[in-house]
Amino acid sequence: MQNSIRTPYDRVVMAVPVTIPYVRYSIESAQWWMGRALKALVDGAGITPRDIDGFCVSSFTAGLDSGIGLTQHFGLCVRWVDTIPLGGASAIAALRRAARAVQAGDARIVACVAGDTNHVDSFRYTLENFSRFNQDAVYPYGAGGANASFALIARNYMGTFGAKREDFGKIAVAQRSNALRNPHALMKTPLTIEQYMLARPIADPIHLFDCVMPCAGAEAFLVMSEDVAASLKLPAVKILATIERHNAFGDDPVQVRGGWAMDVDELYAMAGVKPDDLDFVQTYDDYPVISMMQFEDLGFCKKGEGPDFVRQHDLTIDGSFPHNTSGGQLSVGQAGAGGAYLGVVEAMRQVLGQAGPTQVKHARIGLASGFGMINYDRGLASGAAILAGAGA
Amino acid sequence: MIEPIAKPRRKNPLLRTRLPTSPPRARSRASHGFTRAAAEGRFMLQRCGACETFCYPARDACPACLSADLVFTDAPRRGTLLSETTLHIPADVHFRERAPWRVGLVAMECGPKLVTHLHANCEKGKPVVMSFQLDKSGQAVAFAHPERETSNMADDRQWREMTADPKFRRALVTNGRSIVGQEVVAALKAAGASIVFVGVAEPWKPFRGEETLRGLEGVQIVPLDIGDEKSVADLAADIGGKVDILVNTTEHVRSGGLLDRQGTSVVRDEIDQTYLGFVHLAQAFGPAMRMRGSDGVNSAAAWVNILSVYALANWPMFGAYSASQAAALSLSHSLRAELRPGGVKVVNVFTGPLDIEWFQTVPPPKVAPRAVANAIVSALKRGLEDVFVGDVAEDIRQRLAANPKAVERELGA
Repeated sequence: MQNSIRTPYDRVVMAVPVTIPYVRYSIESAQWWMGRALKALVDGAGITPRDIDGFCVSSFTAGLDSGIGLTQHFGLCVRWVDTIPLGGASAIAALRRAARAVQAGDARIVACVAGDTNHVDSFRYTLENFSRFNQDAVYPYGAGGANASFALIARNYMGTFGAKREDFGKIAVAQRSNALRNPHALMKTPLTIEQYMLARPIADPIHLFDCVMPCAGAEAFLVMSEDVAASLKLPAVKILATIERHNAFGDDPVQVRGGWAMDVDELYAMAGVKPDDLDFVQTYDDYPVISMMQFEDLGFCKKGEGPDFVRQHDLTIDGSFPHNTSGGQLSVGQAGAGGAYLGVVEAMRQVLGQAGPTQVKHARIGLASGFGMINYDRGLASGAAILAGAGA
Repeated sequence: MIEPIAKPRRKNPLLRTRLPTSPPRARSRASHGFTRAAAEGRFMLQRCGACETFCYPARDACPACLSADLVFTDAPRRGTLLSETTLHIPADVHFRERAPWRVGLVAMECGPKLVTHLHANCEKGKPVVMSFQLDKSGQAVAFAHPERETSNMADDRQWREMTADPKFRRALVTNGRSIVGQEVVAALKAAGASIVFVGVAEPWKPFRGEETLRGLEGVQIVPLDIGDEKSVADLAADIGGKVDILVNTTEHVRSGGLLDRQGTSVVRDEIDQTYLGFVHLAQAFGPAMRMRGSDGVNSAAAWVNILSVYALANWPMFGAYSASQAAALSLSHSLRAELRPGGVKVVNVFTGPLDIEWFQTVPPPKVAPRAVANAIVSALKRGLEDVFVGDVAEDIRQRLAANPKAVERELGA
């Protein structure tokens, strides 16, 4: 195992995992959803908005507002602000940046928030205005909304490594079974592998249950020093290691790996743990094929062994490899940039022992990852963090 | 294997006409390099002037060396289809009503990867040949073709969305008295047009080629004097709902510029025929064509103008004529924008002097009327927008790109 030369996140912690329960469609604005999350943060921490001096925000649907406009909207007077437009990698990036700001003393308590609304036309608007490459070279092909992009990636992955639809199905079905224990999950009915296989095709080989459901919701957490958390009597989550990488492996003709593969050794070296030491994993699951790729790229098996790894493991909460214990985006819903936070916030609950019905027994240490921004033909942003509870 | 498309049956008058929808239209400014390539039927990619890397999508800096010297250049068309998918439930209305729709990812031999529409005969892992096409929004999209000719290739459903193929379509050729008009009629029939209406002003006056024209199966001679607003409106009231391709073959050529002409009557005639005639046609036929852009196999598809290349640069020997052509060219750009919501293409065919009576004194090379007709049909089949026919037109095009001032001085010498 290599050694990390990076400064550890000593004495910096995360606290107060917040989820504002999702709804399929909302007539409220993104600002409304973020406002609810901020309120839940201050209530949960027993502080006032004036105690927040750092603010980090991610949203696709906040219109013209970035973090700075939102400070006035929410009455926050901060000395550190960040707006992170990294889609599914936003939460990992937020946590990394906020932790360093706290560590350096630039901020004392940072509120990290992601919230999105979902009006009946929000999703289309997001598709139409996603990025320049997307607008120039993907959306005109009827291929907006990532389904087609992931279909091209999934078909190539299946052909190259022998993954079958049943393997992707096993991931989706396990997550649904986890979601049935999560009262906040939008999907409330069981899913069988037969139903998965018979679902209507969306963009071959992507079928209905490979896709997430866009919805409205918000997720949030606080980042602060260990001392501040102790003085507020808040259960604290330790940050053992993080990685972040963008536009990796650009020469791969079709995406078969994400940026994690470039930095995974560093991730475990910094944390001082091995993949086997983890009690659970929350991958970014906009499609099961991406979760399978992460099993490889995050070191649980070798490249190409993802399908076999899935076949050999039980991915449910009580299984041999507890994965996306909340149900993940596939079964909870994708609340825009909130989707990036879903796994991180659930990981916080797990290591704090606050996950309730989805709690993995004796969970002390776990991994959450992010992936985002299908700018053209591949996801550009990736990140991961290893988090631990007090006992670890 | 593609099934040949069937000849459309008579339209059920009780059924609603499906309104055209447009595929996504927004593009970056740099991306219009592809629009230009598609309009002319070229395959161009950006290439870095510093390190020679080809790149895609359109950029403003080279991803290999950050040079800003990115130039759209003709590029090798071959690539390999890496992956493909069939969209069953696209998010966009235009594609949703056309689903299932196939798209793929092609690795070009020259480097870049292109997300692309697919011809039905393209297979994963096999070589493909790429083109840029103007889709129903009028913007450029990549299109992958199989490496070799396949049977009924042009009948591919996705390909036909990119073109204005005359097969099974109904055309109006506005001037059957001219040789160009007669050649266009013959070429459209040969390309499979189901009916060709041919406008003839004052049809009781006999004209050369009349007998042949009347003898062609599927050709109907109709009264049309495009300088006369009422004549045009009357014809549109009769056949306006079944004109899928309109070819404006108006020909009003007179020599001379300004100083050697007495008064304005000749100029007025030029404007009446070339400019106002265009206006009459557009106002009478344009709205119905725009409405019928998605009307099945024989949807309205294209409006063709035959323009002198001297619309682009005045040739004082035919100075006033050149100006009337420039006016028509400018108007064509308005028409193009106005027809775009219907997905109807405006094709401008630029020619040098034609080999006809009115250019009797002009030395060769001159363009044979048949060459113009063939270029029109080829442009319709390939879905082009700007076509230059013959050596003079190509010569002017290249010289204008190099130095427009030199063209002005030399044409006026």
